[in-house]
Formats: sequence, structure tokens, C-alpha cells
Amino acid sequence: MILAIIEHNQGTLNHQSLEILSLAKSIDRVEVAIVGENGRSICNGLGKYGVEVAHLLLHNELVDYAPAAWAKSIIQLAHSIKPDVILAIGSERGNEILAHIAAQLNLPMAANCTKIQIKENNCLVTRIRWGGSLLEEAVLKSATYLLTIAQHLYTVKGELEESAVKISEWNVDLEDQDFVGKVVDNLAPEEGKVILTDAHVVVGGGRGVGSKEGFHSLDELAELLGGAVGCSRVVTNHGWRPHADQVGQTGARVAPDLYIACGISGAIQHWVGCKSSKKIIVINTDAEAPIVSKADYAIIGDLHKIIPAINKALKQAND
Amino acid sequence: MNILVCIKRVPSPGTRIVLSEDKQEIVTKNLGFTISPHEECAIEEAIRVKEKFGGTVTVLTLGGSLASEQLRYAMAMGADEAILLQTDGKEWDPMATSNAISDAVKSKDFDLLLFGNESADYGGYQVAIRVAYALNHHCLTGVKSIEIDEGQITAGREAFGGMEIFKIPLPAVVSLKEGINLPRYPSLPGRMRAKRKQIEIIEPIKLPGGIETKQFVSPPELGSHVEILGHGVEAVPKLLSIIKELGFIHK
Repeated sequence: MILAIIEHNQGTLNHQSLEILSLAKSIDRVEVAIVGENGRSICNGLGKYGVEVAHLLLHNELVDYAPAAWAKSIIQLAHSIKPDVILAIGSERGNEILAHIAAQLNLPMAANCTKIQIKENNCLVTRIRWGGSLLEEAVLKSATYLLTIAQHLYTVKGELEESAVKISEWNVDLEDQDFVGKVVDNLAPEEGKVILTDAHVVVGGGRGVGSKEGFHSLDELAELLGGAVGCSRVVTNHGWRPHADQVGQTGARVAPDLYIACGISGAIQHWVGCKSSKKIIVINTDAEAPIVSKADYAIIGDLHKIIPAINKALKQAND
Repeated sequence: MNILVCIKRVPSPGTRIVLSEDKQEIVTKNLGFTISPHEECAIEEAIRVKEKFGGTVTVLTLGGSLASEQLRYAMAMGADEAILLQTDGKEWDPMATSNAISDAVKSKDFDLLLFGNESADYGGYQVAIRVAYALNHHCLTGVKSIEIDEGQITAGREAFGGMEIFKIPLPAVVSLKEGINLPRYPSLPGRMRAKRKQIEIIEPIKLPGGIETKQFVSPPELGSHVEILGHGVEAVPKLLSIIKELGFIHK
């Protein structure tokens, strides 16, 4: 049996954590773990994703995210229901919780797997290296396989009919120590700002944008399309954009419906952050830039002339 | 404030990765090497904390003898001391690595142990957390801002488009992400000083078990299917109709 961790924040489902369900179901029977009373509200909605049993882990203090406490709660559940695999999405929290579980149990953990095969005495995984520019095939031997699945790889299947989810409640035993590393405050995003990782359209800018001011037309294009601006590592190194806007191996992984790459050559470290986009349009002076051949559409030319022309046409179309 | 920074020698980002014929390793013959990006920021952050509060910065790595190059770079940036957990240069899995690190530092009483959130090449997301448990310290990961005050560390990390804030007591283990700062370049006097410094060499014992790599595989190359819409502003109307077709213009 596979125990799949479904993430939520204060009762708001992390939809992306459902990506692990279709892969998990192709391997074995799946039950899910949800931490905290405020996660109860998401349990019933999981029926249409094929979830039959949800284990709800309860403790008075399980309110704000606290990785050590979440991990310990899941371990206590696992002691009772004995899953073969504990699985999470390879998100910041998913990898963190699994690593806490691994450290508490002193068992191996494989992060960001793309494939899993459970054998009699071991588990074969394919996992991403170099942020996705290389794959590794590896073997784990463990009492429980602790794995996370790379993001944006499997789609969430939710076309099933709503069905009842059996909620099984567990009161877990935790100490004050387990909550020391909890979230104590949240700083909300700027009002009205489209969040990069949630945006349906991302306008990415690279070295070719040339300056901080050069991003004005990209900002305008993003706004006209209801999207967000992202950038490559060169851009943040020059201080043209804040690091929070960086797309790539050491920045955000985005998967918008449309990615418009402007003045970005497409080094592998950037590509791994945007390759899950559904459609990619490139605007670049160099027809030989690596990103051009990987895109769906390309315009060859100067972004400083082309983007203002697109913006003007979009405004006319909107009038 | 005595700070430890754990770093890793990795091929420079952006280099094309070529596999050996038996797919057991990366061909490193023509590669440049560097410090994993998150960890370079960890060195910078440690130096800034030291500049504010005093104390020492010790930098540590596990790897072959060539990894001393990265330790010297860190000392040229401003780290005071260096420890090399010297291996034969083969890759160690995260459990063996974290075990060797915690063994080497458990008697050294560091107030703050900084790591990169994940190494650029392995991406295991766990060494810092394992070391924290082994040393019985609290631990935070993915951190992009820190403030230290009266034995406490307040740390922020990106979440839901904003930041989530954590606060834990020292001693602590914290893994950082690129973006927390822009690392300085070593000065010439810094480089000269670093050349003369001693590196403490420890031969760690490798724990069996963990994850065993069978082979490396290059991801499948995607065939190009790009449609060139044209050159310059003349191609804009075509682009617009595609954006419209995809449903991003509603009128």
C-alpha cells in the first residue's frame, strides 16, 4: 500500500500535490494522509481524484505548518497502517517533510523521482539530477520507501464522479519540541500581484532585455495577458529583477499555459524551470539560440521593437 | 558566533554534461568546477553574520582532494578555516554524507550550521535535515532571509507568492537558497591569504546502505517542432492570432 501525503495550507488544498495520485495508483492501492483538523475540509473533495481512504492526523497544535511535527505524525500513522511507500510531491514542503521522516527513521529517501518500480526486496527509481538535465537510475533497500515525485510531470486526473471518502481519524502524540520549527507569521504577496508559479501566462526575460528599464514592456505584456513576469539567472545576478522572479534550477519551476521567452538563450538551467509550459513562444534575435528549437513558435528579431508592437496590438484588440 | 558552512564541488552550471560509456559517471575531463550556487550564498551569508557579530566561519566539504580548490575559494571570500572530509572522489549518497558531516562536527560546538537547500548535481534535499537530527538541533530549509537576535534565528522563505516566517533557537541548522544575497568576489589579498591557510583533513568512514546509483541516463531529446512566425514586427499579427487561438485574448 502507498501512503500519499496530500498537502494543504490552513485547509487550502495544494492542488499540485494531487499529481502523485495517478502514478501511485498505477503501482498499488493508495491511501492518503492529511495533517491537522483544518485539513478535514479537503478530505471529501478528494473522492473525484480516486481517493477512498483519507487518514486525518489530529492534535491541538497541528494548525500552522511545522515540518518536524508533520513528519512525526505521519510516522505514527505509518507504524499502524504499515505502508510499503510513503510518497509526496517534490515541492518545497513535500521534500522537506519526507526528509524529516527519513531523518527521524534513519531510512534512505529519494527526491524527485520520475518513475518507481517496487520489486520483492528493493525499489527501483529513476530520479532527476541537475534539476532535470540528467536522470539517475537507483536502487533503494528500506523497510519503507520514502520517495517524492518530480513536479509538473504527471497530470492531475479528476474526471471521476464524486464519491464518498472514508475518513479515518488518528490522534497523534506530539511534544512542544516538535513545534519549535513552525510557521509563526505569513507575509502576504503584494496586492493584485499575479503569483509566478500560479500564473497562466509567464513572460520571461533574459540577458537580451538589457536593463531593469527594459522590463517595462515585459511587465506591460504580462499585465495585458493577466500573467506574471519571470526571468533568467543572468537577470537576477545583474539586479534587474528580484530573485523571486527567477525561473530555473535555482529559482521557480513554472508550468503555465503559455510561456513567452524574450531575449533568453535557453541554457539548460533555465530550460528545466520552464519546460513544463504547455506552449512556448520565443522572441529572440538569434535564430540559433537553443531555446528556439525547443519552442512552439518563434519570432526572430529585437524584443525592444517587437514587444511594444504586441502590446499596442493587444490594447487595440481589447478596445 | 561560530558558523559552519557545508559546501560541494560541482561542475559549473551551464556546462554540457557528457556521460561515460558505461553510464556510471559524468565525464569531468573538460569541465570547470564551482561551488553549488545555493552554497556560495551560504558562505556569503556566514561572512555577513560574522561581520556583524564576530566569531569564525569554517567551511567544510566532502569530496576528493581536488575539492580543496572550493575550500580555498571560500577562504578567499572570507572564511577563516576549512575542513576537507577527504574521499576517493566517488559520489556518496545523502545518508553517508550527512553521517560523515555530523561525525566530524559534533565535538566542535558551532552555533549555526549553514547548507545549500539542495546540491546542484545530486538534488537530494536532505543532508542538512539529517545533520540537524544527528546533532539534536532545530532546522529550517529553503530559507531566503535570516536575522539573528538574542540566540534566536528568524528566517523567511517564499510561499504562496509571499513569505512564511519561522523562528528557532540557536544552535541551529539552516539551509539557504540563492537569492538571499549576491555573493562577493574574493579580493586579491583574500586569495593570497587563502593560499597560505591550512586545511584540516579528515578521512571519514562511509556508512553502507542508502541509495545505490545504477546508472545515469540522458533525458530523451525532444525533436524540434518550432514554427518560425517571421522576422521583426511584421510577424506580430501572426503572433497575435496565435495568442487569440490559444484563448488568451477574449475578444
